[in-house]
Amino acid sequence: MLQRIFAVMQKEVRQLARDRITFALIVGIPLMEILLFGYAINFDVRGLRAAVVDQAGTSMSRALVGDLQATGVIVLQPPSPSVEDLRRRINSGHLSVGIVIPADFERRRLESDMPAVQLLVDGSEPMIDGIARSLASTPLPSRAGLQHPPGRFFEIYTEFNPERRTAVQVVPALIGVILNMTMVIFTAAAIVRERERGNLELLITTPVSSGELMTGKLLPYVFIGLVQATLVLVVGMWIFDVPLNGSLAQFYLAAALFIASTLTLGLVISTFAATQLQAFQIAFMTMLPSILMSGFVFPFDGMPKPAQWFAQLLPLTHFVDMVRGVILRGAPLVDLKVQAAKLLAFFVVALLIATRRFHKSLD
Amino acid sequence: MSEDAAIVARGLTRRFGRLVAVDGVDLTIPRARIFGFLGPNGSGKSTTIRMLCGLLLPSAGTVDVLGCRMPQDAEQLRRKLGYMTQRFSLWDDLTVLENLEFMGQVFGLSGGDRRRRIGARVEEYSLGPLLAQRVGTMSGGQRQRLALAAATLHEPELLLLDEPTSAVDPQSRRDFWESLFGLVNRGITILVSTHYMDEAERCHRLAILAEGRLVAEGVPQDLMRDIAAAVIEVEAADAAAARRALAGDEAIRSVAQLGLRLHVLLDPSVEAPEARIRERLRTAGVEASVEAVGASLEDVFVAATGFRNGPGH
Repeated sequence: MLQRIFAVMQKEVRQLARDRITFALIVGIPLMEILLFGYAINFDVRGLRAAVVDQAGTSMSRALVGDLQATGVIVLQPPSPSVEDLRRRINSGHLSVGIVIPADFERRRLESDMPAVQLLVDGSEPMIDGIARSLASTPLPSRAGLQHPPGRFFEIYTEFNPERRTAVQVVPALIGVILNMTMVIFTAAAIVRERERGNLELLITTPVSSGELMTGKLLPYVFIGLVQATLVLVVGMWIFDVPLNGSLAQFYLAAALFIASTLTLGLVISTFAATQLQAFQIAFMTMLPSILMSGFVFPFDGMPKPAQWFAQLLPLTHFVDMVRGVILRGAPLVDLKVQAAKLLAFFVVALLIATRRFHKSLD
Repeated sequence: MSEDAAIVARGLTRRFGRLVAVDGVDLTIPRARIFGFLGPNGSGKSTTIRMLCGLLLPSAGTVDVLGCRMPQDAEQLRRKLGYMTQRFSLWDDLTVLENLEFMGQVFGLSGGDRRRRIGARVEEYSLGPLLAQRVGTMSGGQRQRLALAAATLHEPELLLLDEPTSAVDPQSRRDFWESLFGLVNRGITILVSTHYMDEAERCHRLAILAEGRLVAEGVPQDLMRDIAAAVIEVEAADAAAARRALAGDEAIRSVAQLGLRLHVLLDPSVEAPEARIRERLRTAGVEASVEAVGASLEDVFVAATGFRNGPGH
């Protein structure tokens, strides 16, 4: 039995190594995705262009401008002589934010019921609006004001991600998204390929059992999945300074569990698809809900209840939860046993469906 | 007889929805012989072979292959069975050696034994120079030699070959059949399906399938001798005119033109077929020589299959 599993594995690895495009995708997909999500897709906005009209011109007002710039949210452009000029620059798209410090700034600063500083915001972009508004809710920072009302201090520091960088939130979950994508597609295609090219007809008449065939075909992908997970983690830590607060062993344990469940999902898909193209299409159909509903993009708790129930069926939902816990919060897997149990349940159920259906498809 | 038989099928039937692909076929295939399945595309050859090796479940009927009841004992049969699919089904992106290695491993051959047998097959089917070549780049004849080498690696007792020569040039076909006789001499039973008459004629026994039914079975020479038709050849300068003259005769089952000659099959109940043809041609004023000839296997095939929906029907 081991000899046959080994034979199938060896064949799979050889074929994979010769399929240059697929082989390139094993490394290419994770690299492309992490750079894409890490650099291009940025949920927080930094470096907004801003300019100041300082009508007060006191040391306090200059300190305030300095503090605002220090948040990194804005990048100061040359100041404007008047509010009108500032408006014009915003309307023409040269500025996202205008900061107006009125002449009576010193008096306003001491009277907490009056706004001391006016922010002009380019409202055409919701992201900018949101960020600028959070900037506006910032009470005057320590150096500029001592009399600000307590409890309204703008807290830029966020737990586990003090710089509020998206990469830190995205990269751990991205490991799940990438594994989900490649594992499901590769395994579904690897098995459908044998059927499509007529190899299966020959294999059925040999002593290879369907269990041996599936095991032999899937094992190489477990290894590939772990390589991909490592790649994304290393690039994430190296380029995007993602911290690894939990233990590496637990990370791999969670990844292996997730890989197992996505592989069986691929297996189930392979029993439905007659051609590789169909396998791709079905795999794609499972991908979009996974990406959108797993909590990777939108906060899970913010979704409507039915969507949350549906998302429970997706392995990615549980893995995103686990991997953020392990990598960012440094949580031990024991604390994440509910998610782990759900993944395991998915694996078992999918495996049962796949074996049942795979037997049928031999006829 | 049935103790010696490699395959015994009774009332073998397979339906795909409303289509009856194989319809109540009875077969007894002797050991250490080449048994041929002759029939047009869609006559049920492949479906029958697939039921014999357990790929498809029969809708009705029973099959015993090498003493194994199919499909229940399919797993037991695997090691005694070699199967060459109609479509080449080894791996294009592996080399010749890798394909053979894989098949050897799958059949549980241990290292030394495997190398020895692969060496023997490579020698036998002249695959030596191709060992490191990827299969996808090889010709039809080369692939087919590889497929046969792979199918015989585990020394099966029974070889099922589903239209093995359909993608192969004539010389490779000849060589291939020589190898088949070599295998039979070692005691291997071979079941081969084909739609080539010359190949069918080389089989020890032959079964003709049409629309899922077994319409004739026997030794090719016997089938030709006992053909249920009179075979007449007409040679005429104006073959088209001769053909027109023969049209409409109810006793004539089939007319096929071969160059200047017409090959005519008549109903076996006709008393003097030669005289009847001569008379018809003379009445029509066509100059021709008429001669009774021996039947070819093609005639047997036409008589067995074409009559049922042929012109005289």
